Amino acid sequence: MFAQAETVATPEVLWWALVPLLVLAGAAVLLLTVASLVRRLPEWLPAAWTIVAGLAVLVSVVPLWNEVQDDGARSFLAGAVGIDGSTLFVTALLAVAVVATALLSRAYLTREDLPGVELYVLLLLSAAGGVVMASANDLIVLFLGLELLSIAVYVMAALHLRRIQSQEAALKYFVLGAFASAFLLYGIALVYGATGATGLARIAGYLSTTILLEDGMLMAGFGLLLVGLGFKVAAVPFHAWAPDVYQGAPTPVVAWMAAGVKAAGFAALLRVFVLTFGSWSGEWQPAVWGLAILTVLGGSVVAVVQTDVKRMLAYSSIAHAGFLLVGVQAASDRGTAAVLTYLGVYTLLACGSFAVVTVVGGAGDDRHGIDAYRGLGARRPWLAGAFAVLLLGQAGVPFTAGFVAKFGVIAAATEGHSYALAGIAMVSAAVAAFVYLRILVALYMEDRHLEDDDEAGAVEVDPAPWGPRIVITVSVALVLVLGVVPGPLVDLAKDAVPVLVGG
Amino acid sequence: MSEFLRSWLVLVVFGGLAVAVVGTFLGLGSLLRPQRATEQKVMNYESGVDPQGDRWSQSNIRYYVFALMFVLFDVEVVFIFPWAARLEAYGMFGLVEMAIFIFILALGLFYAWRKRLLRWI
Amino acid sequence: MDVTVAWYLTLGAVLFTLGAVGLLVRRNPLVMFMCVELMLNAVNLTFVSLGDALGDLGGQVSVFFVLVVAAAEVVVGLGIIVAIMRRRSGATVDDLSVLRG
Repeated sequence: MFAQAETVATPEVLWWALVPLLVLAGAAVLLLTVASLVRRLPEWLPAAWTIVAGLAVLVSVVPLWNEVQDDGARSFLAGAVGIDGSTLFVTALLAVAVVATALLSRAYLTREDLPGVELYVLLLLSAAGGVVMASANDLIVLFLGLELLSIAVYVMAALHLRRIQSQEAALKYFVLGAFASAFLLYGIALVYGATGATGLARIAGYLSTTILLEDGMLMAGFGLLLVGLGFKVAAVPFHAWAPDVYQGAPTPVVAWMAAGVKAAGFAALLRVFVLTFGSWSGEWQPAVWGLAILTVLGGSVVAVVQTDVKRMLAYSSIAHAGFLLVGVQAASDRGTAAVLTYLGVYTLLACGSFAVVTVVGGAGDDRHGIDAYRGLGARRPWLAGAFAVLLLGQAGVPFTAGFVAKFGVIAAATEGHSYALAGIAMVSAAVAAFVYLRILVALYMEDRHLEDDDEAGAVEVDPAPWGPRIVITVSVALVLVLGVVPGPLVDLAKDAVPVLVGG
Repeated sequence: MSEFLRSWLVLVVFGGLAVAVVGTFLGLGSLLRPQRATEQKVMNYESGVDPQGDRWSQSNIRYYVFALMFVLFDVEVVFIFPWAARLEAYGMFGLVEMAIFIFILALGLFYAWRKRLLRWI
Repeated sequence: MDVTVAWYLTLGAVLFTLGAVGLLVRRNPLVMFMCVELMLNAVNLTFVSLGDALGDLGGQVSVFFVLVVAAAEVVVGLGIIVAIMRRRSGATVDDLSVLRG
């Protein structure tokens, strides 16, 4: 009845493997403590702190990467958490996105005159959640990571106190996000019921050795998991929240949603479907195939008719999710590497594009109509040029990193004999190119008709603060460099293929 | 009747007796006492203060914050109970883990306090 | 009649569906939150009964995490509603229509 004196074996912890997570979570907790203790923090401190934490994670990933490449993947904490190449790859992407978002946020919060420690705390916590997802070796841990990631983002979306759109976006995101979490969780429960485990390694072991006579529960679990994760990465038909939320949320937060949340979501998809359910790929591949087609087509086609650049980019991010799903659908190492490459490139493109949108949005964060971009090429040649490069990158034009990314996933699809899917992906890439072309035309071809109008002065774009300037410069430079010399990124992604280790 | 059900029978009998006794006395009282209601007598009792407004008056949404904070911290106890029940078995490791857990919770409360959320408006 | 695990699973599925449908058709954010809670608790029921059927403690432990996450989630959601209500009263989701494509 009463506690016996025997001791419970405490799980083994590989502390070195937890360093990125501990840095992010510790930085968040410390920042919150300091912010509670000190009434008025210097304005630059939270942003600088967050950037330092992000860079520290980036640096810490390097020795971990070497360790994992030399000694192979590990799992610890009773097999609930693992560390492998993909974990570290995604962790690095999240760190990059954190640094970029922090740079954007500082400029944004100053311009909008918003108090801002919370944004950074939440950003760090959200990134910690993403790292948990990327290192989850257990479905429950995956769920916890996902919730840590999402709950922080719900609040971040609501952070613009004076814009009702911001709070409305947060509410929409919250309701649909919670809906998706419930689906994901039900999927976890059913997979647990069918296989008797929540650990990914044990599930994979069970699935590859057992022939189920009654696989209804497992199939339902697959389906619900796919729906839940599909919501998170905004795959059609579960994408309805994305445009509204992207339009309403503060622009730096949108950069994080597009780059960070998507990377973590796809890390989870890869771990759960390609890795754990790999031996049953015949069962879930058709579903992902359908999702991928709907998503690439839906995202690209609907983007064409948008007039708000933020919504346009939202739909284009949906289309990107579709391309990523094309890579997931291949269910092969090549597909996984292609997805990781794509995620790397997309992180850069999303951070850069939304940095431009942050700058053009101006005070009040509401100049996002395509009109605000008309004639930008003449007035702000550098900004417009950078945006043009980023848009061409998103379109997947050769000699930009976007081409490498798109080529990778489509090649993986053809290798997996999904020729129809590859074809449709290429067609929708062409359709999507039209969207980017529309913005490019607005940037360069169309003059502002309001020249003599009184309003012409009001729509003038303020000079970019140094934060967004750094983000734009670095992302444009990397997009161009990786477009010409894609080797390093592709090689890294190839080495980052996830591995399951039983605990 | 099984042994299990028989042990519950005692409880049922006691419960029945309690209801019967209370019902009898209250019923007798209401039959015997004089009933001359005045407005003061049927008024809601609010500790001697004159009641204001309707019973269904809505409270300010700001009070929700207290309820929210309560729910948030209350639910975390779900982790503390199992730990407390097996305190010795977990030893030092468990103690440190729980200390970190409670520290983070306390930090949240501290933050709320510094944000002046705990003040009764 | 024996109450087997299938009954509990069915009840869980029914509750989950009720929650999901409720979330889609109701327009009051508070009711929508209740529907989310209903869905999550349906999953809890499923977890517990599956854990019991499998003779595995994992299912019950999972419920702890789900409970806590659900509480945190709903507190955040209600917090967002409080923030909105401070600006305007009597909000339903249909009133929130600033964002349109």
